Amino acid sequence: MATAATIAASQVLELAEPLPLDCGQRLEGVRVAYEAYGTLSPERDNVVLIAHATTGDQHVASPHPITGKPGWWDRMVGPGKPIDTDRFYVLCANVLGGCMGSTGPGSLAPDGRPYAMRFPVITVRDMVRAQVALLEALGIERLYCVVGGSMGGMQALSLVANWPHLPERVLVIAATATMPAQNIAFQEVGRQAVMADPNWQEGNYYGTGKSPDSGLAVARMAAHITYLSEASLTEKFGRRLQDRASKTFGFDADFQVESYLRHQGASFINRFDANSYLYITRAMSYFDLAEEHGGRLADAFARTDARFCVVSFDTDWLYPTELSRKLVHALNAAAAPVSFVELSAPFGHDSFLLDVPALDRVVAGFLSR
Amino acid sequence: MSRPAANLPPASLRPDLALIAGHVAPGSRVLDVGCGDGALLQALRDERGCNVHGMEIDPANVAECVEKGLSVIQGDADKDLAFYPDDAFDYAILSQTLQTTMRPDKVMEELLRIGRRAFVSFPNFAHWRVRLSLLWRGQMPVTRLLPVAWYETPNIHHLTVADFRAFVTQRGIRVEDAWYLSGDRLRGTSVANFRAEHAIFLLSR
Repeated sequence: MATAATIAASQVLELAEPLPLDCGQRLEGVRVAYEAYGTLSPERDNVVLIAHATTGDQHVASPHPITGKPGWWDRMVGPGKPIDTDRFYVLCANVLGGCMGSTGPGSLAPDGRPYAMRFPVITVRDMVRAQVALLEALGIERLYCVVGGSMGGMQALSLVANWPHLPERVLVIAATATMPAQNIAFQEVGRQAVMADPNWQEGNYYGTGKSPDSGLAVARMAAHITYLSEASLTEKFGRRLQDRASKTFGFDADFQVESYLRHQGASFINRFDANSYLYITRAMSYFDLAEEHGGRLADAFARTDARFCVVSFDTDWLYPTELSRKLVHALNAAAAPVSFVELSAPFGHDSFLLDVPALDRVVAGFLSR
Repeated sequence: MSRPAANLPPASLRPDLALIAGHVAPGSRVLDVGCGDGALLQALRDERGCNVHGMEIDPANVAECVEKGLSVIQGDADKDLAFYPDDAFDYAILSQTLQTTMRPDKVMEELLRIGRRAFVSFPNFAHWRVRLSLLWRGQMPVTRLLPVAWYETPNIHHLTVADFRAFVTQRGIRVEDAWYLSGDRLRGTSVANFRAEHAIFLLSR
């Protein structure tokens, strides 16, 4: 788990007011950790807000303080890159419920003990509320663009639906306006894996010297499969064996793909809090922008003048193109200016994070004017 | 009778697109169905101050449009027009796309539902060169405007100027104006079905 010392790299804002939540509670002393890149223009009209995905964080274009790896969207954000920090002031905040400096289940409650499962169940809209509060505190009243992939795309949609006059542009990549049953199902598997680990201790593992690492690693392994594609798994691993000439007739990681997944699980537990994983996936499974607007998705976009760009990938079976199409049809019905493209890329859902030059062109193009 | 082409603006645009661009009222709300690389939309936005939207089936073309700052969705005229509300646009434009659709009649219906007016342009299959090819060689024509052999052409519903006139009459669609082009030259109405390579109709309900 992240320690306070490593997190100090990000700026942290403590909200002056309690944050009202969809569940009805008000959360006191909310902290929002964020990274900023580029320079805010005197007119404050060049702000691009990036919303991160499920297990992402605010380190979009700077090295991760725990893993030391480059920022998760380093290829997209920086000087001269599609989201050009020579032109834009780029903000990215750790979501509410997260574990990289923003208030989450691992944070201390007013009674001085970690919230753990006393943390209120939050929604995607609550995550956005915290970011809007950050913008207000920074004196930013307009966004040139709000951008997000996967859960970040859901936050972008929630932002424009609930604060229709805040963004001028909305860029939604590999996301959905309504979480479908298959995704809810996968997320439930992940949460059950965490909660089945005896070290979870009903969530009260903080300070016990034991944490549900096995459960969280299994959750990550299962989720990671959903981010890839059959084609990319076959190409990367096929049925190749891991550092051995033949099968061992045992339950070691004989196959490269097994070894890879175990590595993904093992490295994930070093940077992520298990309870945060529960809360964030819960928020995603609750996400239904149509339901929030009387069952008619188009009504979510009735009050905004923002321009939209929606991108999907042909090998993404977790958030397939059909979900983006539904969103686009609702935007059409709301007469919103919208671009939509299904890009061809081999990497499944993870395509939005990887080397897809066509995505770079679309992002740069959408932001250019 | 041949009318002057005074209304033909940007030389860079394909002649039928230039003609359409010249007849769209400034500031209109426009949907171009099958907008390709967005040349017409760009001209309408930049020169006529229109609020422009596009639909295009080829993702590479859509990406190019997005780069131009255009609002274009990847979609199929046969399926995706249904999701626009009635009267969403002042003009719905279908240039050189009608003959590639599965159900041109349904596409026309949708076009005139979502647009108060519609521009429809198509290659005229009764042009004399086409007729000659069929008459003398007995083969499907390959011409300047129909450059692809029968087995790989995207044009699956060939039609003629006379066919289209009969269609709009039968459906009670109003023809507000029509232009007939051979290359970039306008041809008269009476000889259009024989001499026009291209026809452009401005329609309303």
